[in-house]
Amino acid sequence: MDQQIGALFVQIAYIGASAAFILGLRGLTKPDTARRGMQLAAFGMLLAIIGTLLNHEIVSYEFIIIGLVVGTAVGLPMGLLVPMTAMPQRIAISHMFGALAVTLVGIAEFLHTRDYAGGPGVIKMTAIGFETLFGALTITGSFMAFGKLQGFISGQPITFPGQKLINAAVFFGAVGLYIALIFTQSGGSTGDSGLIMFVVMTVLALIIGVTLVLPIGGADMPVVVSLLNSYAGLAASATGFAIGNNILIVAGALDGASGFILSILMSKAMNRSFANVLFGAFGGEKAAVSAKSAEGLTTRSVSAEDAAMRIGYARNVIIVPGYGMAVAQAQHAVRELAELIEKRGGRVRFAIHPVAGRMPGHMNVLLAEANVPYDHLFDLDEINEEFHACDVALVLGANDVTNPAAKSDPGSPIYGMPILNVQDAEQVIVVKRGMATGFAGIENELFYLDKTSMLFGDAKSVLSQVVTEVKGL
Amino acid sequence: MTALLTALGAATALIAVTSGGTPTAAASTTLVDAQIVEVYVFLLAAFTGFQIITKVPPLLHTPLMAATNAISAISLVASIVIAGAERPLFINIMGMVAVAAATINVVGGFVITDRMLKMFKKTEAPK
Repeated sequence: MDQQIGALFVQIAYIGASAAFILGLRGLTKPDTARRGMQLAAFGMLLAIIGTLLNHEIVSYEFIIIGLVVGTAVGLPMGLLVPMTAMPQRIAISHMFGALAVTLVGIAEFLHTRDYAGGPGVIKMTAIGFETLFGALTITGSFMAFGKLQGFISGQPITFPGQKLINAAVFFGAVGLYIALIFTQSGGSTGDSGLIMFVVMTVLALIIGVTLVLPIGGADMPVVVSLLNSYAGLAASATGFAIGNNILIVAGALDGASGFILSILMSKAMNRSFANVLFGAFGGEKAAVSAKSAEGLTTRSVSAEDAAMRIGYARNVIIVPGYGMAVAQAQHAVRELAELIEKRGGRVRFAIHPVAGRMPGHMNVLLAEANVPYDHLFDLDEINEEFHACDVALVLGANDVTNPAAKSDPGSPIYGMPILNVQDAEQVIVVKRGMATGFAGIENELFYLDKTSMLFGDAKSVLSQVVTEVKGL
Repeated sequence: MTALLTALGAATALIAVTSGGTPTAAASTTLVDAQIVEVYVFLLAAFTGFQIITKVPPLLHTPLMAATNAISAISLVASIVIAGAERPLFINIMGMVAVAAATINVVGGFVITDRMLKMFKKTEAPK
């Protein structure tokens, strides 16, 4: 009887947690309800954990407590101290932790079900295999993404001859073993061969994670991070199927859906298919094209003083931030400049391309941190028609997302990608470190237009100079 | 209208969760039934998630990612059982590592999401 009441309480806790997760995510649809929503979701998580601790299967708490304490000791400082500029890395590494937990559960469940008479059954074996396969590839894939974002692995696509062939072999090897496991192990253990197959599959999945992310360049990271997010979610959901736990299925499905939607949005924003991002190894061979198009064209370089004159007297300014702003940590200087223009009676808006930066929404978070109110931040669709009416468009370390070649040159590798119509503004000022091309390795025609002035230098120091100059006007 | 639809989706997902029952009850004759219900739960939750998440503005995409990451660390509940159940020692230890990894995401994920969301402010009304 007691046990039944306990089981009922666990289920009620899980139902409450599921509701809290769904309502919490619903809060995220509006900035002013977002915080409350996530607090509700956190409460739901607490409820689920407390409920689980009452599970009758649990006989000892030592390992649980050690795990919880260690996890909190590592997680809390990570949550509190990681700077906003390092957010893409932080998200990537957290996908790794999530996948690690899921994979370990998968392995443990596989070993456990080998003791059952009659085995795990087809559905359970399918779930355990899926969980371990996707979990393992997400562990190494996320670690590689983390390395590329953190900078200890080259952000350039890494390719070698025969790469696609080897990748395909490893991939089909892992999937083949997965299918073989379902057919041979569903009915119970058939000696050591099942264990060996399972181990080899897991190792191959770990290798897939590495080879999948290695050839993908830095600018494509928003898609990769979103995709890994989706995989981590699906693996968590599979765990739910494996152990017959509905809250895991619900939470994993929510995470999977979110990662999937974001991956699609990011791919669309680059006008590329999933397959192209994953197997395309962008960059590299396109260098020849860019060298040709730049011939005989000259740019006009201006001083900070000159730029300050134009910006200071503008009535309508649109700022286009890109990864360069994040690298130079220029967001506070940008906010200062924006406030100054507003004080002088001008209007300032920020135009944010979906793939600006290294993860979805990266620029929004950085600008919010620098105290730019969110009603000043606009998406591509919201602001693209407004460039006509704008006096000065200030491009800060953004490159490919402003390249008019995406509209005009069918031969360009980024042709068809939606861009910000910066070239429609009356004047364009581009803040850039040098004439290096963007991550796509393509020359930007925008820089050679008559209305464009180049302001060379580190975004932070250049903008500070502009701010001082505008103050002196 | 759309709000109503999402509420409806959430409600159906919840009903499915309830009718899923306890895992132990599913052990004998109703195994297939229980597993079919799990498929329903997955479909409804994925559908609900799709509906809600397409409405999250690009402004909040980074917090969304941090949040779903924290939520999917619900695998903590599975890890807890493995760490504490009556299993061989090395499996308990694997469970412990899983608990630690998932806890990092739960604690770190919710804290960092809150930190981000705290920063999003509207223009203050002129004084």
